[in-house]
Amino acid sequence: MKHINSIVKDGMKKSNIGCGECQSCVTKKPLL
Amino acid sequence: MTHPFCFRIGDRTYSFLYDTESGSLHNVDHVTFLCAKERYGLEFSEQERSEYTAVSLAERDEIKAELEKLVKEGVLDSPCSVTMNKKRVGEVKALCLHICHDCNLRCKYCFADEGTYHTSDRAHMPVEVGVKAVDFLIANSGSRRNLEIDFFGGEPLMNMKTVKAVVEYARSREKETGKTFNFTMTTNCLLLDEENRRWLNENMYNVVLSIDGRREVHNRVRKTPNGKDVFDVILNNALEFRKIRGDKSYYVRGTFTALNLDFADDVLFLNDCGFDQISMEPVVTDIPELAIRKEHIPAILSEYERLARAYIERRKTNKWFNFFHFMIDLEGGPCVIKRLTGCGSGCEYLAVTPRGDIYPCHQFAENKPYYMGNVLKSTDYDLSVSEKFARNIVTRKPECADCIAKYYCSGGCVANNLNFAGSMDTPYELSCLMMRKRMEVSMAIYAIEGQA
Repeated sequence: MKHINSIVKDGMKKSNIGCGECQSCVTKKPLL
Repeated sequence: MTHPFCFRIGDRTYSFLYDTESGSLHNVDHVTFLCAKERYGLEFSEQERSEYTAVSLAERDEIKAELEKLVKEGVLDSPCSVTMNKKRVGEVKALCLHICHDCNLRCKYCFADEGTYHTSDRAHMPVEVGVKAVDFLIANSGSRRNLEIDFFGGEPLMNMKTVKAVVEYARSREKETGKTFNFTMTTNCLLLDEENRRWLNENMYNVVLSIDGRREVHNRVRKTPNGKDVFDVILNNALEFRKIRGDKSYYVRGTFTALNLDFADDVLFLNDCGFDQISMEPVVTDIPELAIRKEHIPAILSEYERLARAYIERRKTNKWFNFFHFMIDLEGGPCVIKRLTGCGSGCEYLAVTPRGDIYPCHQFAENKPYYMGNVLKSTDYDLSVSEKFARNIVTRKPECADCIAKYYCSGGCVANNLNFAGSMDTPYELSCLMMRKRMEVSMAIYAIEGQA
């Protein structure tokens, strides 16, 4: 890719467990 | 939905495309940024129009081919594949305990009417109510193991007898129930003396210290009942707490209003004082002289960019700090379920007043149509109120469908939506505009700090 440098791909997939235990208010080169 | 955006620092302007549905961030050159604006029908400035016109057809085709390659990979223009009908109802894992509806400050913008929540007796929560609230939480926590209790007010340090009794009682029930309690407190620091500092440091998982920034900014809106300025006392107490806190969780939380739209200076002031965990929230009020209005938004968005530039530079030095709204994890963020359910208010997160009344969250306390029960009377509560909140999911809100921030703000604060947009299902536009800018800036920081 000459014009595009992907920083993160598919971040949503890397995040669907829903364990319910959390608190209740994978990528390096110079940027274009 | 793909969002093109730019971030300028020094003499460099970085351009990005963010694909919301896949969570993919792409850094692109300026020509590609222009082609993306054309592709997504965004308005050009005069200069951009001139620059785009000068791009050769061959280069446009080359860029289009690269973009289409990403589309085929599913990391650009990807469709929404997340669905959820409603949140889980009937399991509670967090309580906000209103330790007292009383306060030793009279902050002008207080949503809780100077800590009273529009009540007249400045009630303090008796130990009995606090203990019953713990019983209520355990009884309704289902399979949840990690339970949270947030000590809130008013000013919770005015009623440490109940705070300490609640912690002691909850800890005494951990082994028998298999639950683990995490305690947090939000304090204005006025009573944060040595004894309280030591106790909070030992017993609190997180402590939120309310300071608005520079002396004149803080004193203008946060005075004692007799109009006295107490900034110096508060700052000293907070700094003494910071000294003993070490690596444990805390942060200094300020509020900016229409009177300090240069709030980046307040954040940097707090950092100069020695704090390294800082948050600064836009005020939510209808007081005319303090309220954020639409005409303030351009200045606020510019201020977030100015703060971001200073933030990047400071984090390279011994003045490293963390700004709550610039934290972002694009590769291991909250799971999709958490992104859709947000804070959990009304469902897994409830509030209890000094009398034991149960409400969907602290912002709804004493709002009678949302009354859900009383911990002194029963461990049961009105699930029909929870059902209203259970359908408050970002994917059900048409206004959020194409928003860059939808999976990070979860559709906004329900109380703010209700109070300022007229419905809990309708996002409050001014909050949205600020959230989107914070998202863009956070992603730019992420990319800039991560580059080789």
